[in-house]
Amino acid sequence: MSAPLLRVENLRTYFHTAEGVVRAVDGVSFTLGPGETLGIVGESGCGKTVACLSILRLIDPPGRIEPDSRISLRDRDLTAASEGEMRSVRGNEISMIFQEPMTSLNPVWTIGDQIAEALRTHRSARPAEARRRAAEMLRLVGIPNPEQRLDEYPHQFSGGMRQRAMIAMALACDPSVLIADEPTTALDVTIQAEILDLLARLQEQLGMGLIFVSHDLGIIAQIADRVIVMYAGQVVESGTADELFGRPRHPYSEGLLRATPRVGRRMRRLSVIPGSVASPKRWPPGCRFHPRCPYAWSRCREDVPPLPGEARASRCWLEEEPARRTGGWDELALAEDH
Amino acid sequence: MNEASGRAEDRADGGRALTAAAFIPGLAHLRRGRRRAGLSLLGLALAMLAVLAFSFDRVASTFTAGRVDYWVAMLTLAGTLAAAWGVSLRAEWGRPRQRAEGTSQWAIAWREFNRNRVAVLGLFLMCGLYLATLLAPYLTSYEPNAIGDIAATRHLPPSLDHLMGTDKFGRDVFTRVLYGARISLSIGFVAVSISVTLGTVVGAVSGYFGGAVDTVLMRFVDMLISFPRLVLLITVIALFEPSIFTVIVVLGLTLWPATARIVRGEVLSLREREFVEAARALGLASPRIIFRHIVPNVLGPVIVAATLGLGNIILIEAGLSFLGLSVQPPTPSWGNIIDGGREYLVQAWWVSTFPGLAIVVTVVAFNLIGDGLRDALDPRLRI
Repeated sequence: MSAPLLRVENLRTYFHTAEGVVRAVDGVSFTLGPGETLGIVGESGCGKTVACLSILRLIDPPGRIEPDSRISLRDRDLTAASEGEMRSVRGNEISMIFQEPMTSLNPVWTIGDQIAEALRTHRSARPAEARRRAAEMLRLVGIPNPEQRLDEYPHQFSGGMRQRAMIAMALACDPSVLIADEPTTALDVTIQAEILDLLARLQEQLGMGLIFVSHDLGIIAQIADRVIVMYAGQVVESGTADELFGRPRHPYSEGLLRATPRVGRRMRRLSVIPGSVASPKRWPPGCRFHPRCPYAWSRCREDVPPLPGEARASRCWLEEEPARRTGGWDELALAEDH
Repeated sequence: MNEASGRAEDRADGGRALTAAAFIPGLAHLRRGRRRAGLSLLGLALAMLAVLAFSFDRVASTFTAGRVDYWVAMLTLAGTLAAAWGVSLRAEWGRPRQRAEGTSQWAIAWREFNRNRVAVLGLFLMCGLYLATLLAPYLTSYEPNAIGDIAATRHLPPSLDHLMGTDKFGRDVFTRVLYGARISLSIGFVAVSISVTLGTVVGAVSGYFGGAVDTVLMRFVDMLISFPRLVLLITVIALFEPSIFTVIVVLGLTLWPATARIVRGEVLSLREREFVEAARALGLASPRIIFRHIVPNVLGPVIVAATLGLGNIILIEAGLSFLGLSVQPPTPSWGNIIDGGREYLVQAWWVSTFPGLAIVVTVVAFNLIGDGLRDALDPRLRI
């Protein structure tokens, strides 16, 4: 693999509230190469979005990126950059698209104005030039009659069209990294597929690194080269998409996969992971997943398992004591049936 | 329908035919079925022509009088006529309207507003009032402050010579109400501009940045609001000379907290909308996000507050004038004309009644417009 474009090391984002410290992201590390797609999977509330916003340093007080976290873009340390430097990174070198295309566009400006804005900010482009480039971007993301649609307002666009317009906005300045935070969650399945195809095509065409966040394993499997699974603010498993979906090693990944419905396979009932993600104010001691884990034993309740290495790893004591992997999710499901 | 397409072809071939509609303002609109627009244009043009016909001497005297307000009236007259005619010509000769339905939020709001008859009536009243103040020198043959033979002209009841009678110095009340409207409306307009600008900036900054900035600004606003307004006004005006300038500044500087509150509330909810996050992720600086992305989204409620505030400020100013704390006689303002007629209410009811009616009509007009705008700009009615 080529030299990493983006390297995140030991990222910890804490929210210092009056009720205590919320450790939303607690020691996340990953790298992203040019042209590579990194999938981030996890349930709601596991810290995916906060991790993404942290990369762009868009965390508002009381949130704070803790001192020994490091985020580097090529060789630049973004955690040490000034606010002014960060502004020239956002939308220019690292762009982000959001979950809700319905509300991510400003209703009072035309689509063209909004795409041109990034160009005028970062490239000091003249209005005519920015407009030409905006039309080009709209064509690139597959919107027909771009010249005409430039002058339309967001409410005249459908959900899928708006997400395309958002992508056009994000890519207008040719960023080297695109962060897509659940970009298809709010869309119809058919539109979802179109947007995914579009993102994959654009990534290939423009050679940018893509971070794709989703709770939908099917989508991640489709688009990602490498995947990290997050649970309770930490990475619990990492590996290539094939490795992770073929042979998940962490009990949480296993559970997630089992909880995913598949077309063409009839199941009597979908299995669920019992319980929900604990409160980030009080993560459980030991392994953070142990209260919901079917394999948990005494060691899990006391000692924190490490995440050995980065490429292919699982944060679980089963790695050291594989013999204990018995029963598990099937037994749990059976027990529930009775 | 056939006729319409026939006309369209005519235009395509013949270009600018000198039809009757090209000469009579409004006819072009009427023929295209836009009744209200047509009648308004026609009425406006006729009214201007009537002014020209009935007071031709005074219009002609503009060139010799050497007074600014005569020139302003002249410009208004000519400008209104030209505008009415120009709009008609565009409807007659211009290409058939390509974008018949505007799609921006403002275009949608305008259509919504137009559906509300009462609000449109308010708008007509307001436009009429502003036109009348600008045309004042042409509409009356008297001077507002000139005092003639008091014994002969004192307290004359309303008649054709004096539409609203005369006051204790024999001055024409109609003239004074007209000129007083200038003062009252300008005070309202300028004071509202000051308070809305200040309120929007303070509210937006406070709501967007939150935290300590918000706390400091909002406690200051609370402090201003918790003062009894009239006492504050009287104190400040007592410290300075009561003049138009003082009143404008004081009203402008004391009424902004209400706008700031409204704007802050709106911004607090807008700030959490994803397009603000998206704007930050695009690398835009805070001032740009506030003034380009957030403020245009709060303009609706701000415009409503401003319109309602105009009526309110005119009322407050009238009250202050009545107390002798605003514009000083002989310069007329609605409040001090009422005050001047107070002692003679039984003998000469007209002196106080007509400016009072003017205040009522104006405030009602502004409130009708404000209510219409509130309905038209309410974001909850749309996506």
